Amino acid sequence: MTNTSMTTREKVEHSMKRRRAAESRFRLYGMASVLFGLLCLVVLFGDILSKGGSAFTQTFIETEIQLDGDYLGLDASSSDQDVRNANFSGLVKKHFRAMVNPDGRKERRQLYSLISAGAAWQLQSEVIADRSLIGSSLRIDLLADDDVDQWFKHDRGHEGEHSRLSELQLQWLNTWVDEGALKTRFNTRFFTNGDSREPELAGIHGAIKGTFLTLLVTFLLSFPIGVAAAIYLEEFAPKNKITEFVEININNLAAVPSITFGLLGLAIFINIFGVARSTPLVGGLVLTLMTLPTIIISGRAAIKAVPPSIREAAFGLGASKMQVVFHHVLPLALPGMLTGTIIGMAQALGETAPLLMIGMVAFVVDVPGFINDPSTVLPVQIFLWSDSPERAFTERTSGAIIVLLGFLIVMNTAAVMLRRRLERRW
Amino acid sequence: MSIIENHQTHGAPFSDSPKLTARNVGVYYGDKQAIFDVSLDIGANEVIALIGPSGCGKSTFLRCLNRMNDTIDICRVTGDIELDKENIYDPKMDVVPLRARVGMVFQKPNPFPKSIYDNIAYGPRIHGLAHSRVELDEIVEKSLQRAGLWSEVKDRLHAPGTGLSGGQQQRLCIARTIAVDPEVILMDEPCSALDPIATAKIEELIDELRENYTIAIVTHSMQQAARVSQRTAYFHLGQLIEVNPTDQVFTTPEHALTEAYITGRFG
Ligand SMILES: Nc1ncnc2c1ncn2[C@@H]1O[C@H](COP(=O)(O)OP(=O)(O)OP(=O)(O)O)[C@@H](O)[C@H]1O
Ligand SMILES: [Mg+2]
Repeated sequence: MTNTSMTTREKVEHSMKRRRAAESRFRLYGMASVLFGLLCLVVLFGDILSKGGSAFTQTFIETEIQLDGDYLGLDASSSDQDVRNANFSGLVKKHFRAMVNPDGRKERRQLYSLISAGAAWQLQSEVIADRSLIGSSLRIDLLADDDVDQWFKHDRGHEGEHSRLSELQLQWLNTWVDEGALKTRFNTRFFTNGDSREPELAGIHGAIKGTFLTLLVTFLLSFPIGVAAAIYLEEFAPKNKITEFVEININNLAAVPSITFGLLGLAIFINIFGVARSTPLVGGLVLTLMTLPTIIISGRAAIKAVPPSIREAAFGLGASKMQVVFHHVLPLALPGMLTGTIIGMAQALGETAPLLMIGMVAFVVDVPGFINDPSTVLPVQIFLWSDSPERAFTERTSGAIIVLLGFLIVMNTAAVMLRRRLERRW
Repeated sequence: MSIIENHQTHGAPFSDSPKLTARNVGVYYGDKQAIFDVSLDIGANEVIALIGPSGCGKSTFLRCLNRMNDTIDICRVTGDIELDKENIYDPKMDVVPLRARVGMVFQKPNPFPKSIYDNIAYGPRIHGLAHSRVELDEIVEKSLQRAGLWSEVKDRLHAPGTGLSGGQQQRLCIARTIAVDPEVILMDEPCSALDPIATAKIEELIDELRENYTIAIVTHSMQQAARVSQRTAYFHLGQLIEVNPTDQVFTTPEHALTEAYITGRFG
């Protein structure tokens, strides 16, 4: 008797060794894959941050400029319209000519190209804000051109052959550096401006607003529709061939390449229903098509996960079907549904391809005010900039990616926190 | 073992003052028949115990009595079941008020993931039984008291119901059922997840509840059936074999199958 029990125990001991080995091996695999994932993430973030971080600073030329009322044709009583028409750009040119005395037209052109077109607008808006500046001299940081910006931030001291600046320009810039006139400041324009052909003036405000409006439309449509569809399919729909067919096709939709939704949106929303192209409205509609399957599928999974005993308890008390669903099933399924929705929204946030199809790839300078204004979205803005040859745009591409990732992180954190909040009601 | 051809239920399946009457009830899960031609009365203010081997259809029969089987798509019920002479399977019958009149306590305690208070208050709320907060408070207190849980939870009414012990949870579920003031309470193995002390409490409770309610209880414990019930019905493979006063079933069973079961030869 003892003998057999001994051998049994020995057998167990023996198999324990194998089981422990299998367990630790599995743990190792798990750790390795997590580590690999983390490493990829670190490399990605490191790369983007190192490339894009500098998009958040911008080079300025500090100078004291005489706002010559006679030259501008302005005085203290000039209207805003007059100020807008005044030749500030000429004034800027004149100011810098006086500083370095360029020789001939060619040198003058080289000089002018160091200063951004935005410099004149800076002066203009100063004067619009305060008419008394006319005739006085103003100490101001004027926007440098993007080539100057790139040189000052990255290439100074080790200019390669590929520098886009000439000997003479470098000579001028170096004197300004010595005088302490060149400096970098936080690039507020990156966050307050729309797109522009000039990198130093280009910003993501328009794209962010467009993204926000597009996602708003997407959320307002896809969440209620998705949740309603999930509830109906899971709780009310008769189980027959038709619902089975619907179910299979919802799953199919989730796997359809997103660009197809763009084509569909183009054909249906724009060509048939005449929704204006390039707008957050049509973008939101298309992304709704894309997000719906995700929301429906996760919603149904969340509903399925509600323990049947809770339903039975409610039915047993005489709750109607509606009451069971809305008092018990839905509150318990909501955290899962919201998580699914936020995952779907995060997908929509990063979606580019379908939006290209419906014209959201247009060059839009103005910040959209509402869902029917032409606009673009962050990922499309990234796509557009990544295509531009200017180095400053490359930098801004990475900068915009950082912002996009930031939004993603915020959304996913919100999803996790929301889930916790809702689940903590025990 | 197979079902008995032309079986007639032995003993006394009918009652002089029936609350619920079931006649020729058959239940099918898809093509599979789970209950065969069961006729049984449940008398007013009696406790009837349904016993029988696992899978014999006790739960299935019990769930017919408040139409809980409606929630199972493939389940189909034939025959007549009347509550106070009213056919509960009449197409005009609404299951919502029916289930308010015929409450159910399940095998596994299933409190809502809400506070103790809200668990009890849910039924009265959906049926509009209380017209003020004070009235609702009263119902909650009364139900918890009747379920013998009041003293244990009165200081934490707003704590989650799921945080109670298993026995407390089951009494909470009973209190929740009582709160809608049903006429009949169906209990499906209410003590199977509980320890002897909690079981004793619930058995005591059932005895008290008999004054006001009609109770049908499914149990696997012969002692429990003997302790709480006045009549006992023995099911076997979907057939109702024998119904008799509880004493008689446990001392002098009429049918050989009943005897085999209570003497422990199978089950
Ligand atoms: N939802 C269902 N779908 C299909 N068949 C079912 C379902 N529920 C029960 N059955 C079948 O009906 C028969 C009776 O089951 P039931 O649950 O009523 O037995 P029971 O007497 O309550 O058993 P136990 O004592 O184990 O709870 C069993 O053969 C079972 O397989
Ligand atoms: Mg059962």
